[in-house]
Amino acid sequence: MTHPDTAHQQADWAEAAVAEHDGGHTDVHAAPGTEHTSREQLVLERIDRARRARPRVREKLITLAHGAGGKATQSLIEAVFLDAFRNPLLEPLEDAATVTAGDARLAFTTDSYVVSPLFFPGGNIGDLAVNGTVNDLAVSGAKPAHLSAGFILEEGFPVEDLRRIVASMAAAATAAGVSIVTGDTKVVQRGKGDGCYINTAGVGLIPDGLNLGVATARPGDVVIVSGPVGDHGITILLERGELDLQADLVSDTAPVHELVHGLLDAVGPDVRAMRDATRGGVATILNEVATAAGVAVVVEENAVPVRTEVRGACELLGIDPLYVACEGRIVTIVDPGAADAAVAALQAHPLGAGATVVGRVAADPPGLVLLKTGFGGTRIIDLLVGDPLPRIC
Amino acid sequence: MRFVDEYRDAEKARALAAKIAALCEPGRHYKFMEVCGGHTHTIYKHGLEDYLPESVSLVHGPGCPVCVLPMGRVDDAIALAEQPDVIMTSFGDMMRVPGGRGSFFDSSAAGTDIRMVYSPLDALKVARQNPDKHVIFMAIGMETTTPSTAMTVLRAAAEGIENFSIFCNHVMIVPAIKAILDSPDLRLDGFIGPGHVSTVIGCRPYEYIPAEYGKPIVTAGFEPLDILQSVYMLLQQLAEGRCEVENQYSRVVPWDGNTVALRAVSEVMELRPYFEWRGLGFISHSALQVREKYAAFDAERHFALPGVRVADPKACQCGEVLKGVLKPWECKVFGTACTPEMPIGTCMVSSEGACAAYYNFGRFSRQRIREVSIESSRA
Repeated sequence: MTHPDTAHQQADWAEAAVAEHDGGHTDVHAAPGTEHTSREQLVLERIDRARRARPRVREKLITLAHGAGGKATQSLIEAVFLDAFRNPLLEPLEDAATVTAGDARLAFTTDSYVVSPLFFPGGNIGDLAVNGTVNDLAVSGAKPAHLSAGFILEEGFPVEDLRRIVASMAAAATAAGVSIVTGDTKVVQRGKGDGCYINTAGVGLIPDGLNLGVATARPGDVVIVSGPVGDHGITILLERGELDLQADLVSDTAPVHELVHGLLDAVGPDVRAMRDATRGGVATILNEVATAAGVAVVVEENAVPVRTEVRGACELLGIDPLYVACEGRIVTIVDPGAADAAVAALQAHPLGAGATVVGRVAADPPGLVLLKTGFGGTRIIDLLVGDPLPRIC
Repeated sequence: MRFVDEYRDAEKARALAAKIAALCEPGRHYKFMEVCGGHTHTIYKHGLEDYLPESVSLVHGPGCPVCVLPMGRVDDAIALAEQPDVIMTSFGDMMRVPGGRGSFFDSSAAGTDIRMVYSPLDALKVARQNPDKHVIFMAIGMETTTPSTAMTVLRAAAEGIENFSIFCNHVMIVPAIKAILDSPDLRLDGFIGPGHVSTVIGCRPYEYIPAEYGKPIVTAGFEPLDILQSVYMLLQQLAEGRCEVENQYSRVVPWDGNTVALRAVSEVMELRPYFEWRGLGFISHSALQVREKYAAFDAERHFALPGVRVADPKACQCGEVLKGVLKPWECKVFGTACTPEMPIGTCMVSSEGACAAYYNFGRFSRQRIREVSIESSRA
């Protein structure tokens, strides 16, 4: 053990971080006589300013956190990709970009799939790759039309497994009414990949008069989820077998285009935004709403549908189900006057049978998602920093 | 869900809150420390402070094992991971704890083999599966996790596994509570005692707290109603002029602890003369090391460690936060230079750290929320 007399070393990175934030801040200790709450308020405002500052990637190397869908991913996207590619179509950072071709408006999106294991109860990487991209198009309001499929395969990967994956993709494409019209194949040496990675991109036609976006949410709007959350993430986690936990769970992977169109047919003009709750879960989407629209989102914990098996696994692992990935659930923000009709429209489809209102949009405090806990208290739901469950999709 | 929902019942909470409010003497302010980071997490996760009157405040203690690990020890662990043919294994909440040169995550990105495990027995499994590597388990935690480390060493010895060792950083809560009680800054009215630690050591080791320091302590469970009830029990002791050790968590904590677990620990480990705690400095007889008899399983004996102390950054006030002198938000770098994305102090890393709990769950004005909800109920 180090002796108390041992020479000290400095943590240079920490001193640098402190120096960078020094100056210009109100010292909350300066006025000891001030009311406790107002000093706390000053600190909260100071933090709010720090959070609005331009994101930076300080790490020298990519870590797993950069792929987790939380704060680190967001910083990487904004500080590296958006900074280099910046243009008005990319800037909203929606699930799909809206591009025009003549008079037509197209939604265009892409996604890569690295899930491990490749096969899991309820699906495999193949249907996930098709449904994920179909869903990104659908929640943008588009009718999914055409997909591309790119494969990165590892030397030694069984052809039989590839056939199973591709068959699932074909079936998922048929079910979603899309065609896979172009593709690419690469093979890397043994040990340089993990069996099979898939990238899909897709385009779909956006109907006239539809303008969805999380930035359009306003105070009073209601937040609806289309069914129980967290099934996919927990299924994958249990399937990995590292936890010696078992439950009768299957992934919820499914194409949501019909569900979405049922909703839009019923209450289209009253729908502000839709998102599919994949990596980062419902919590991440609601944070995007709060930030983009400058509003608060208030969620009732007891109203959020979570299967008992998922809740049990989450309790044991110390994970909040609101952060766990779904692959066939949507979150939608609708005008309060259309709430009942929206829930009814979702419930009319089998994928939306569990649809329910889980919260509402409020004016204050802007940029925050608040949870009214089942216990009766209030807390924040923030973006995650890392991911408790890597490689979930 | 059984065994969970009954301890989160909002109606029972309201009833207890009313009893708590009734016990508070007008004009008096009460300050209780929850020693354990698990309690801190529960308090913020469930929004428990909404049930407490303004005259009762909870301050967060040093019972988060990740939070009290000094940076020099993290650097030592990374130096171990950098040894040729070593696999380092660790609990997940250790991965982001910063040392002087970065965290396990940074080290892993730079090429070392650091794997997350859920128990030390999983680390032993990694050793069995990789006979040509030396597998080290980053052993951290208070009395709660020490027995499982000790049992794993005993299992490794019984199986004759030669490629496994532990880097022992186990610490003990009782000397830390004593250090806090001896601190001149202290202004506490009582303690919410650590529940999980007590399942191992029982309640007797706390008897010196009321006897020598005149502070009541109630060992509490980890559901929000457990904590609310322990606050009530503390207030009851004060109101009745009692000062003793009470056990709110009797459904799990036996008064005398778990003797089988304690025997395993003392078979494998012995007291260190002193150990550095992040923010609290060196505390005598506050940590454990591997006994000579099990030297073969001690990473500190296998490898030469740099053993360089890293000074806490000057601006970092983890020590004051761990002692309950400062609220997390009162720290100068809270939420600006020090955030969960880039924690400078360890209290910001683990979900049980007071700063992380406040930042992630409690970063809003309760006063403001109350005003808003009153307005909207009028509207």
